[in-house]
Amino acid sequence: MPVDLRTKLGHIELPNPILTASGCAASGRELAQFFDVSKIGAVVTKSVMLAPRAGRPTPRMVETDSGMLNSIGLQGPGIDAFLQRDLPWLLSRGARAVVSIAGGSIDEYAELAGRLSEAPGITAIEVNISCPNVEDRGKVFACDPDAAAAVMVAVRGRARYDIPVFAKLSPDVTDIVTVARACVAAGADGLAMINTLLGMAIDPDTMRPVLAGITGGLSGPAIRPVAVRCIWQVREALPDIPIIGMGGVRTGRDALEFILAGADMVSVGTAIFNDPSACPRILRELEEQLATRAVGRLRDIVGLAHEPAGALLLRAYRKL
Amino acid sequence: MTAEDGETDVAPVQVRGTVLTVRRVDSYYAITVVAPPIAERFRPGQFIAVAVGGPHTAMLLRRAFSIYDVRPDHGGTVEFVFAALGGGTQWLARRRARDTLDITGPLGRPFPIPRDPVTCLLIGGGYGSSPLFSLADRLRARGCQVDFLLGAASADRVFGALTARRSGRTAMITTDDGSLGARGIVTDVLSQVIHDARTDVIYACGPMPMLREVTSDAGKYDIPVFASVEESMACGIGVCMSCVLPVRGTDGITRMVRSCVDGPVFRADQVRWDDVGTIPFDALGAPGWKARAGPEPLEAGSAG
Repeated sequence: MPVDLRTKLGHIELPNPILTASGCAASGRELAQFFDVSKIGAVVTKSVMLAPRAGRPTPRMVETDSGMLNSIGLQGPGIDAFLQRDLPWLLSRGARAVVSIAGGSIDEYAELAGRLSEAPGITAIEVNISCPNVEDRGKVFACDPDAAAAVMVAVRGRARYDIPVFAKLSPDVTDIVTVARACVAAGADGLAMINTLLGMAIDPDTMRPVLAGITGGLSGPAIRPVAVRCIWQVREALPDIPIIGMGGVRTGRDALEFILAGADMVSVGTAIFNDPSACPRILRELEEQLATRAVGRLRDIVGLAHEPAGALLLRAYRKL
Repeated sequence: MTAEDGETDVAPVQVRGTVLTVRRVDSYYAITVVAPPIAERFRPGQFIAVAVGGPHTAMLLRRAFSIYDVRPDHGGTVEFVFAALGGGTQWLARRRARDTLDITGPLGRPFPIPRDPVTCLLIGGGYGSSPLFSLADRLRARGCQVDFLLGAASADRVFGALTARRSGRTAMITTDDGSLGARGIVTDVLSQVIHDARTDVIYACGPMPMLREVTSDAGKYDIPVFASVEESMACGIGVCMSCVLPVRGTDGITRMVRSCVDGPVFRADQVRWDDVGTIPFDALGAPGWKARAGPEPLEAGSAG
């Protein structure tokens, strides 16, 4: 029995819920050597900024137990080169492109949303608000509900009306639900969570921080329970808002866990570094997981873990 | 690059290969694995990225290794050399025949091969010499003269001394402790070797400080150097942006380029060796960077 894996990214229907995570797939070109990028739900591109950006010095990455820290510093070609070169290539391959944007000021985010809206073919915008606000002493937008909301108002205001805009939330906050509510109230069509957790590693041999940037974002299976908790809390508070879940997903079973917690879509990030064909593999595994459980439609089980055990039993009983 | 062959990019593949042999070579290990599509596509200088630790491992990142040798047996095998220093490489050292490994490759740009039969000096530091032997075969097939200069801390860390002596026209070896060849480092004898061998082109692979010194010494004689860099990588396929280093392009602009896909072999005079590990102030997109001309009306919105 084929499983109906279709899902909704805002008002846009995706054939399946498996996406790449921003910053782990560049703009899709490298991964296309390993699988057909049009076969997954969407390619979420690396966060693009207005100007080209060299990023941070090396070392930029360190492996930790079941995780890794990165401090890349948003190296990228800038929006002009992205629109000229990367986006057309991705669209020519028939892939759905969710473009992640990053900025140092609210105006930069707005400008990016405007530029992307002029370009044909993008599926959605994911707003990486885990950036320091240069106009407010480097305070990270995502850590302040008002600053996060201000970005989302600006982006929603400039983005074409039919392009869904998702806010990508940071787990490094006291209460992620407050930020989630603020973003949705500001016009976000959906939420993506979680970004990396801020971490740090020190090399006992050199007795110095390993990363040139000192601190870095922790990703990988080590953070998966944090992601599940965040998705759970936000789904509980905002039952109708589309959620892209991410954070340490490595198998189809992990993806199913996120869906049960309330994710409509699941992004695969660090796992791609280990397995360039992780996305199609996880998609295949997810389909098997659902088929084994006699689930015919993905959307029937989004957030199912929130239902009381009795309701699950009743549902199983009705199937008999 | 002064390259040959049109350097057509052949896409890498991901394979699950069966281990044929795991052997000790002095202080290193060498694993031979059956991987026909990689062996078939391979050109000297390219590398593979190997997943370690099994499916539920806590070690998430692939380990990158130069390809030492490919052979036609079993449809095509690939051999790579490594030092078992960390958890991942120790796990690899414990593999046995008939185990399987998840490998992506061949990755990166190969060494360019000269069109004319010139005299080539191949310089390796430690097991950085491992990609040089297949290169030597290829060069000799072109009619080139091949000389070797290998250096390491001690005799047991010189990889391939015997092969170098057998297959090179000359083979000079240096060790820090003098346990094999001359005492010292490769650059102590480089000028002499260049002079004696009448070197036309240098290929080098090894630690960054060695590559920097070789490049600067060779520069005095106007000898082109192709250097294969050892930057730590996370993905090996160009998506993670971990392995960047500052390289000056033919347009004069310095960019932070990925050593996995734009390298690992670079024209050494284009690498800004002294600035490796930093973002040079004039690199494209460095903090405060502004486009010098052209359609770049946007202000450099640099965050943090």
